Amino acid sequence: MANPTTQFGPKFGLGLRKPHNAQFLEGDVPVDFVEVISENFMVPGGRPRDILRRVRAKHPVALHGVSMSLGSADGVDQQYLLRLRALADEIEPLFISDHLCWSRIGAFNSHDLLPVPYNEEALAVTSAAISLAQELLGRTLLIENPSSYVQFARAEMTEWEFLAELCRRTGCDLLLDVNNIHVSAVNHGFDPRDYIDGIPFGRVRQIHLAGHSKGEKLLIDTHDQPVADQVWLLFAAVMERVGAVAVMIERDDNIPPLDDLLAELDTARAIVREGITAWA
Amino acid sequence: MGLTLLQQNFRDWLRHADADAGTRLDLADARGLAVYQNNYRASLMACLEDGFPQLLAWLGDAAFYAAAAHHIDEHPPSSWTLDDYPAGFPADLRSQFPGDPEIADLAELEWRLAECFVAADAAVLELEVLGEIDWECAQLRLAPSVCLLTMRTNAAQIWSALSAEAIPPAATSTPEPVTLVIWRQDFVTCFRPIDPDEHQLLMKLQQGLGFTEMCATLVEELGEGDGVARAGALLAGWTSDQVLCLRAGAIGEPGREIGR
Repeated sequence: MANPTTQFGPKFGLGLRKPHNAQFLEGDVPVDFVEVISENFMVPGGRPRDILRRVRAKHPVALHGVSMSLGSADGVDQQYLLRLRALADEIEPLFISDHLCWSRIGAFNSHDLLPVPYNEEALAVTSAAISLAQELLGRTLLIENPSSYVQFARAEMTEWEFLAELCRRTGCDLLLDVNNIHVSAVNHGFDPRDYIDGIPFGRVRQIHLAGHSKGEKLLIDTHDQPVADQVWLLFAAVMERVGAVAVMIERDDNIPPLDDLLAELDTARAIVREGITAWA
Repeated sequence: MGLTLLQQNFRDWLRHADADAGTRLDLADARGLAVYQNNYRASLMACLEDGFPQLLAWLGDAAFYAAAAHHIDEHPPSSWTLDDYPAGFPADLRSQFPGDPEIADLAELEWRLAECFVAADAAVLELEVLGEIDWECAQLRLAPSVCLLTMRTNAAQIWSALSAEAIPPAATSTPEPVTLVIWRQDFVTCFRPIDPDEHQLLMKLQQGLGFTEMCATLVEELGEGDGVARAGALLAGWTSDQVLCLRAGAIGEPGREIGR
């Protein structure tokens, strides 16, 4: 199936958040696509499903999940995938994405994006989960690089090597979160240029931009601030390597007026249009 | 360490801040481990805050957050969706506050309203098709959003006052059980108290009682004139509220629901 983002160059979108629902439903918001959190709409019915149907009538919609738990030692939850498949069949999403992480072990579900050790066992487990998910969903998955706050002592590869190998083994594509690269680079002391040099850019279909906060010792991926200057620079470097991707701003807390987010999206457009040189 | 053991240790760190479990994770840099525990607890706390706004107002911050923290300590989430996490809080509150049953009742009402809000859509029975229905074989059923909730306190009145930002009544126990019917009208959740006879009839409808059988029951109890009048009034009220769906066979093709 032709990927709609590959035909005309980069597309620019926003995440749908409750304070902006009315503007998306009633207005003419200048975005090429909208991303929603899949789980918010994996409900039997009612207003959430109605909102999604009406937004979908106006915009392409990307489904972005937080509960697939692809790195879980227990394997992927097939019932979850069937629910997601039903939603996807109804709205025909632009993409389905989730994170390189795990959330669930046994009867416990943390509902957080927990770090995967970058070793061969986790690679095999995650690859099997992605392959099964793609089979049950009938679609190629986009896997997002996480922000992380710890590193395992016995890691056998870097995160970018792990992601590249996942793509090779499963045929999955990537959702590259530029803020997450910056957050993890600062927290773990690696050079983000090494990260983007190691990413198979032919597999990148979507880009996330977001803000972060400074904790006592670490950067925290809070999505409650505007995109930081360092992240814009990194974004410029990333966009030198890709052409046709879907770029969007994620904002989940301290949500500003929609016009503020549209102005940030215009910054992303300008960087792509004017080709601002990274690392100047 | 294998992946299963690593993830079990991570779980133990998140749940109990178990320092040994944290050490067993064998981290190159453990400074950020606390970030994950903070995220875990903060997301569950936010979930309970969002799920029980009137309970929070009723208990006040200190009591609510203490009760929620206790719940998070004792009842880790297990469902695929965080939206299910509030489901177990009412029962836990009944244990935490055995002398204040209105607290658990208030929480139960808020949880049932939340469930109702996202219940499956259905073609509900409309007033304008009532005249077309073959009542001899009409099988009514309750819309998927409908829930019958019985309690022995005035928690519903407390909820209504709090949601209107009015001064709530003092908590009292009711001499007889009070049943609420909770449902969704278009996309708005509603509830109202119902009499014991309406409660019984709604339960029987849920079990597949036909409308003619329902009328016969009322005629037997109230006499012909009053029984038929009561059946008509109940049917008109339920239809207006969008509480009913019609099973197949009444009009149209088998298996088709009538209405929107």
